Amino acid sequence: MKRLEPLIFELSSSGRTGYSLPALDVPETEQAALLPGVELRDKPAELPEVSEVDVIRHFTRLSQLNHGVDIDFYPLGSCTMKYNPKINEDMAGLDGFAHLHPYVPEEGAQGMLRLMYELQNQLCEIAGMDAFTLEPAAGAHGEFTGIALIRAYQASIGQGHRNVVIIPDSAHGTNPATASMYGCTTVEVKSDHRGGIDLEALRAALDDNVCALMLTNPNTLGLADENIHVIAKMVHDAGGLLYYDGANANGTLGWTRPGDMGFDVLHFNLHKTFATPHGGGGPGSGPVGVKKRLVPFLPVPTAEFDGKRYYLNYDRPQAIGKLKSFFGNVGTFIKAYTYILEMGAEGLKRATEDAVLNANYLMAELKKYYLLPYDRYCKHEFVLSGNWQKQRSGVRTLDISKRTLDFGMHPPTNYFPLIVDEAMMIEPTETESKETLDRYIAILKEIDREATEEPDKVKGAPHTTVVGRLDEIAANRKPNLRWRKEG
Amino acid sequence: MGYPADFKYTKSHEYIKVEGNIGWVGLTNYAQDQLGDIVFVEMPEVGQEVTQGEPFGVVESVKAVSDCYCPISGKVVEINEKLNDEPGTINADPHGEGWFIKVEIADMGELDNLMDIKAYEKHAEEEAARGHN
Amino acid sequence: MLAAIGAKSIEELFADIAESTRLNRALDLPAPMSESELRRYIGSLAAGNWHVGDYTCFMGGGAYDHYIPAAIKHVFSRGEFYTAYTPYQPEVSQGTLQSIYEYQTMIAELTGMDVSNASMYDGATSTAEAIVLSVITNKRTHVVMSHGLHPDIRSVCGTYTHGQGVTIDEAPVTAEGTTDLEKLAELVTDKTSCVIVGYPNFFGTIEQLAEIAKIAQAKGAIFVVHAHPIALGILKPPGELGAEIVVGEGQPLGVPLSFGGPYLGYFACLEKFQRRIAGRLSGMTTDTRGQRAFVLTLATREQHIRREKATSNICSNQALCALMACVYMSLMGKEGIREVANQCLQKAHYAQKQIAALPGFEPVFTGPFFNEFAFRTPKPPAMIQAALAERKILGALDVGRLYPEYQGVASFAVTEKRTKAEIDDLVAALEVVSK
Repeated sequence: MKRLEPLIFELSSSGRTGYSLPALDVPETEQAALLPGVELRDKPAELPEVSEVDVIRHFTRLSQLNHGVDIDFYPLGSCTMKYNPKINEDMAGLDGFAHLHPYVPEEGAQGMLRLMYELQNQLCEIAGMDAFTLEPAAGAHGEFTGIALIRAYQASIGQGHRNVVIIPDSAHGTNPATASMYGCTTVEVKSDHRGGIDLEALRAALDDNVCALMLTNPNTLGLADENIHVIAKMVHDAGGLLYYDGANANGTLGWTRPGDMGFDVLHFNLHKTFATPHGGGGPGSGPVGVKKRLVPFLPVPTAEFDGKRYYLNYDRPQAIGKLKSFFGNVGTFIKAYTYILEMGAEGLKRATEDAVLNANYLMAELKKYYLLPYDRYCKHEFVLSGNWQKQRSGVRTLDISKRTLDFGMHPPTNYFPLIVDEAMMIEPTETESKETLDRYIAILKEIDREATEEPDKVKGAPHTTVVGRLDEIAANRKPNLRWRKEG
Repeated sequence: MGYPADFKYTKSHEYIKVEGNIGWVGLTNYAQDQLGDIVFVEMPEVGQEVTQGEPFGVVESVKAVSDCYCPISGKVVEINEKLNDEPGTINADPHGEGWFIKVEIADMGELDNLMDIKAYEKHAEEEAARGHN
Repeated sequence: MLAAIGAKSIEELFADIAESTRLNRALDLPAPMSESELRRYIGSLAAGNWHVGDYTCFMGGGAYDHYIPAAIKHVFSRGEFYTAYTPYQPEVSQGTLQSIYEYQTMIAELTGMDVSNASMYDGATSTAEAIVLSVITNKRTHVVMSHGLHPDIRSVCGTYTHGQGVTIDEAPVTAEGTTDLEKLAELVTDKTSCVIVGYPNFFGTIEQLAEIAKIAQAKGAIFVVHAHPIALGILKPPGELGAEIVVGEGQPLGVPLSFGGPYLGYFACLEKFQRRIAGRLSGMTTDTRGQRAFVLTLATREQHIRREKATSNICSNQALCALMACVYMSLMGKEGIREVANQCLQKAHYAQKQIAALPGFEPVFTGPFFNEFAFRTPKPPAMIQAALAERKILGALDVGRLYPEYQGVASFAVTEKRTKAEIDDLVAALEVVSK
């Protein structure tokens, strides 16, 4: 029976330590003498005082309070919670990668630089782009990089006045936030009844102030936009560029490439499509790929090969500023590199097909019990609505999700995209078996039955998790964001 | 909860109660119901100028953030400090204790741009009926 | 399954992909490898690299070879931690949420601040986010940064503010290796949103924070400090010296070098900023059964709710790295963090003194330093670096490549991991290679 865990500070006992350092073997001088004029701490930071066994037990027990992909189904839409192959972890942990200093002489990093160079090229091939930067640390970071590249390019051809970014109403929140961060205003265009961008609305929004259109394809409804080539032409004709948000790349990888769809710049989420682990919220990695005309603006350095040796190229006079220190989340993209090599072209395409097959299977079965607003073949994810249950007995998507926890599975993404009421965005991924999918279908079928016959059971869920629903109102009215020692 | 007959209303669900040349401004019951439990309120400073139709503050619930648009132009003469400690007052008593700011009205004529109770009740009903797909 | 879907083939599921955009060929990628082939191939890429297990590291420049306690790997390798997602369903994420809350507490304690977020990409982006927060808070658009901050930090801050109408001025560094206070005071005006310095800075020298705080406060600017977390084991925390926002690179707290990433940007500040701080926050509350529990808090700051009005677009953080740091700070604890810092200090000063005694090596800066220092070298730093490497030593970071005005200058960092014997070997090697 799981129980809650005290804070590490509450487990502390004065004087206990959990570390071992060799004794100081150089002559010791008084700190004040070594640091003249510098103010030193007069009291230590209130860090824990625990032994190693305390630390291991504490964090082991904490870990047991989590759900993970390694435990059971995790169908969060747009997150691509696919299984993380363990060989990827081992490769990233190799001493020659994990313990390599970023400023090591290049001669001592040839294998590392070769990996980066090869990964850049592999991503170009997968994306249909001409060059990649591995520097952005996450998807949103990649989006910011992409907009910065577009604006730098437009400034260079006298189009720097363009500062409007168009996004669909189904867009992920990072898209408009990114545009704002770059001083751009966002214009939202609505989706049509098929779930794609409404072409008339787009036409009306395109003028010579438009910098870019940011699009996810397939979109957050899991639907491929049937007019993408038309959209690309419309935007280009108006002088704008197309940005591809790669969050949903798992739906089409191997079948079509963003570069071939007409996109000028994109980011991939390696922690989604390329199986690097989510880590409880990070680290991710969001490499950005570009077409030829944007290549001069990529940030420094890029990994290159001169025929004999691999090196970091800092000689990029038109480069935009850096997005983060050093070269990117190397430890993360080693895992993606390993994944690409273990899957190969056929494996990647097959993964996409299985992801799409799994999603359509779930959709076909679940639409019997839950409202499906867009009834057409989806790609790797689809969106249901909890409206039938809400109308019947007031049971909402939130309740359905909490009840799902009682059955040991993680619920889908809730209340997103915003254009669907009581939305449930479901993405099974390709690494789930039919048995797991059937179990999920059975669970949702049962919850639907309960919503009709025992609604209070659903509204009061979860019942079997270690904590029940949390008081978020109190948490937000009087935030308690840290522990403080009494007295 | 009904809406006070002597208030004037905006399309964005704020109200104004006029007393002489001072307007008490707040959110209507419809607004607080839509937002859910309010956790935080960002208010202007006393002395600040406000403009009809422009944002003057922000309300936050757990899952939503909403700008509050001013029903009238003028100068802020008082803010409801109670909302800093007890933002839930907006939910409990939106038309009374849950008022946000008092404004010294610059131009009484602007009140003609607002809805009376009949128009507002109809507007709130229509918005409630319109849903998503 | 296709039968259940009602489709005859997988191709039908992809029918909505326009013909003109289809790839219609296999991706041109290497043939797939089995696990053992992967180990052999990728292993060969790793094998030739000069890593700190084989080479004695005296390099710094923003990434440091500190000792990583064995227990850390055993915690973050647990599948329940690293295959979990962002804790949006708190009922099944108490492990992640509580460890973040503990991490937030420890960072706030170290820095002398009220609150910390759950982490950002790295120290450079945290610094940029501090600027964004300052600008939103006081609506001013001028920033003054010390030239002594790592060039990557300054570059990232420039990129982040490029589209925001913010101008950044740099205050120069003196012969002491610290920010020129007179020039700083000239640059800071009542249009300045924030003032930013390192503690220590790129050169390893320690700034006079109290003096700089006065300069910032005199003009109502927000004082931001980029601080080395281990140095805070000995140095007075910036929070006690007038800082309002403290950011930095958390890599020294148990995060592997990993050729530059993933690292750990920490971000801490005073309570007055907490409703506009960017990044995730874990907060304490109670559940329906009256138990204490943790939940993502103040989500209305974030991009998924505020969208274009958000402070930042940040979504992912560096959660697993924050976990590493949390475990590190738990193991080291109150006493350990002081001891690590002291060993860094003592060993660095011992090394510096020995090197300064070598002919041709002149200390560049005279100010007080923590564990990093720079020398003018008798031969070009690149040559010294190469010669050291032949002896399996990494050192003599070529400062001139990062600061063009400091040609012929090499910097060294010494951590608690270095022994007296290793330091003596370095000195002996420098003596030989400089002849």
